[in-house]
Amino acid sequence: MSAIEIAGVSKSYGAMRALDDVSLTIGGNAFFTLLGPSGCGKTTLLRCIAGFEEVSAGSIRLLGRDIAALAPNERPVNTVFQNYALFPHMTVAENVAFGLRMKGVPEARRRARAARMLEMVHLAELADRMPAQLSGGQQQRVALARALAPEPEVLLLDEPLSALDLKLRQAMRLELKQLQEETGITFVFVTHDQEEALTMSDRIAVMSHGRLQQVGTAREIYESPVNRFVADFIGETNVLPVLVEGVEGGRASVVLPGGARISCPAAGLGPGAHHLSIRPERIGIAAGGPLRATVERVVYLGTDLQLVTRLADGTAVQVRLQNSARTEVPAPGTAIALEPEEGAARLLAD
Amino acid sequence: MAGGAASGGTQGREYRAVALPLLLPAWLVIGIFMVLPVLLMGVYSFLTKEFRGGVIWDFTLAAYDQFFVYRGLFGDEPPTLEWTYITIFWRSIWQAGLATALCLAVGFPTAWFIATRPVRTRTMWLFLITVPYWVNLLIRTVSLKFLIRDNGPLNEGLMALGLIDGPLPLVNTNLAVQLGLFYSYLPFMVLPIYAAVERYDFALSEAAADLYAGRWTTLREIVLPAVRPGIVAGAILVFVPSLGAFLAPDLLGGAKTYMIGSLIDEQFRGSQGNWPFGAAAAMILMTLVLIALILYARAQGRGRPA
Ligand SMILES: Nc1ncnc2c1ncn2[C@@H]1O[C@H](COP(=O)(O)OP(=O)(O)O)[C@@H](O)[C@H]1O
Ligand SMILES: [Mg+2]
Repeated sequence: MSAIEIAGVSKSYGAMRALDDVSLTIGGNAFFTLLGPSGCGKTTLLRCIAGFEEVSAGSIRLLGRDIAALAPNERPVNTVFQNYALFPHMTVAENVAFGLRMKGVPEARRRARAARMLEMVHLAELADRMPAQLSGGQQQRVALARALAPEPEVLLLDEPLSALDLKLRQAMRLELKQLQEETGITFVFVTHDQEEALTMSDRIAVMSHGRLQQVGTAREIYESPVNRFVADFIGETNVLPVLVEGVEGGRASVVLPGGARISCPAAGLGPGAHHLSIRPERIGIAAGGPLRATVERVVYLGTDLQLVTRLADGTAVQVRLQNSARTEVPAPGTAIALEPEEGAARLLAD
Repeated sequence: MAGGAASGGTQGREYRAVALPLLLPAWLVIGIFMVLPVLLMGVYSFLTKEFRGGVIWDFTLAAYDQFFVYRGLFGDEPPTLEWTYITIFWRSIWQAGLATALCLAVGFPTAWFIATRPVRTRTMWLFLITVPYWVNLLIRTVSLKFLIRDNGPLNEGLMALGLIDGPLPLVNTNLAVQLGLFYSYLPFMVLPIYAAVERYDFALSEAAADLYAGRWTTLREIVLPAVRPGIVAGAILVFVPSLGAFLAPDLLGGAKTYMIGSLIDEQFRGSQGNWPFGAAAAMILMTLVLIALILYARAQGRGRPA
């Protein structure tokens, strides 16, 4: 059964539409990510699920049950807050046991469970500290343990890693994913970091301006973005202005800048001016390729090299080459021909 | 780390070199206006009273003796404990405690209300709270008396509405004194609690609700501990002046509501006065308050984990 069904949910603050007709189904035992730029409504959606905000329209079902009438403390959902919101006057152990105490779990059992949760997040030895005595990363783990302790049906995480430094963030990604698999609890994870989303999630929902743009696996979102926003936001891509001359049998005949023609999936679009996305790593240098460009710069990225090239009409095209001994690197100023790999070129809806 | 510690040391010394001269005016003010008068009171309480007020520089324990020891109407009975003044003290403590509780009961919701308004309207609410306090305390207390006396607007209004048959006897009661103290010191409760609630992180309340706590549990377990410093400050700011208040008990109360403030006040008035006795009563009151505050501070220190 799906854990959460969101149907036609809108949320307005005055004239500001923070959520605009969002419909979304989140499966059970999944690591689900809400991804989008700052201000797109991710936190608002989480708060609607947790019960801190009332939806203006639509409904939210949790395990098949409409939860509109339930107060936050009646919803079997726990939250890891962005700034953790640990209770400053309680020890780490008391923080973790708080939800169990509120649910009326007897003292001996909640002690044992709090200890087990702290072990799970590797903080057993800090049980008697106060939150103010912990580092950011440790506080984040306490918040996680506190939210997991009452065994919620769904765990909501609002950018829980954004306050941590890079190394810790990367380590925590793996741990979070592992925790989700161990506990079997559905995680709804909010982030504006597309790399974070791609590495952790079973499924990703991309949002922009309060609207849902695309829902799918990391691979689907990355390789088959449905519109320009998703293509731009997820990873790096080249967006070229193109003309679709005609569509036949689901394939479009596309005129590239410079006049060369290629054929690619029509993606439901008709003839006219559109945009085409090609990822930098899916385009290569090939004599006789359909795109003529001039190399402007070569950027060294360690394992990779990035060529910054420009087409005759001024469109910039990035090309990513593997940094190996066999790679021939054209010097800046050289004229080259570029060719997208088979299936790499995708037409985008605006 | 040795280098860091050393530089911290020199920084500390430089800081002290700058801070000392800057602190001098503050120390002078505290010295002249706080320490000196208290010392003076302390000395006076050990002097001999002069008949028409004032003191004779003869050291004696007579004032404290008068406060604590009873020797019969003519001073010829075996000494026993004098209850007169202890009773007045006890009544004052009780009145002040009640006034503090009343101020807390009204002040906390008020402060909460103001602190949860949008930022721009908060200033206006705070302003409104302080407006009555631009008027002199004496005038305010007198007007309160006019308000609640037998043919004052309160009683007349209630009678006109038919809610009561005759006027409620309010003046010269404990209730009137309570009202007076409450009215005099309410802002001292509201303002520190407001400051504490304004700093309170409401995400903590959400976290508590998220973890299955109801409204009252959240208030008791999360909010109150967080704003407790404000409540304590407010309670002290109301309790201490209420304990020594004399305007409200004098004007609104009667013989049965006689409080320490009035007792001390009388000792320094006209020919009935007794300066050393007034000074002794003030010293005893101050000692009691200090002991209470120290006990409270120690209890706080113990309650907090290292
Ligand atoms: N309480 C509120 N009142 C008014 N506007 C709000 C409120 N909360 C959020 N918003 C607005 O709603 C939009 C979405 O906010 P939010 O959900 O916090 O975005 P995100 O978490 O994706 O960064 C933002 O434009 C924000 O300014
Ligand atoms: Mg947010």
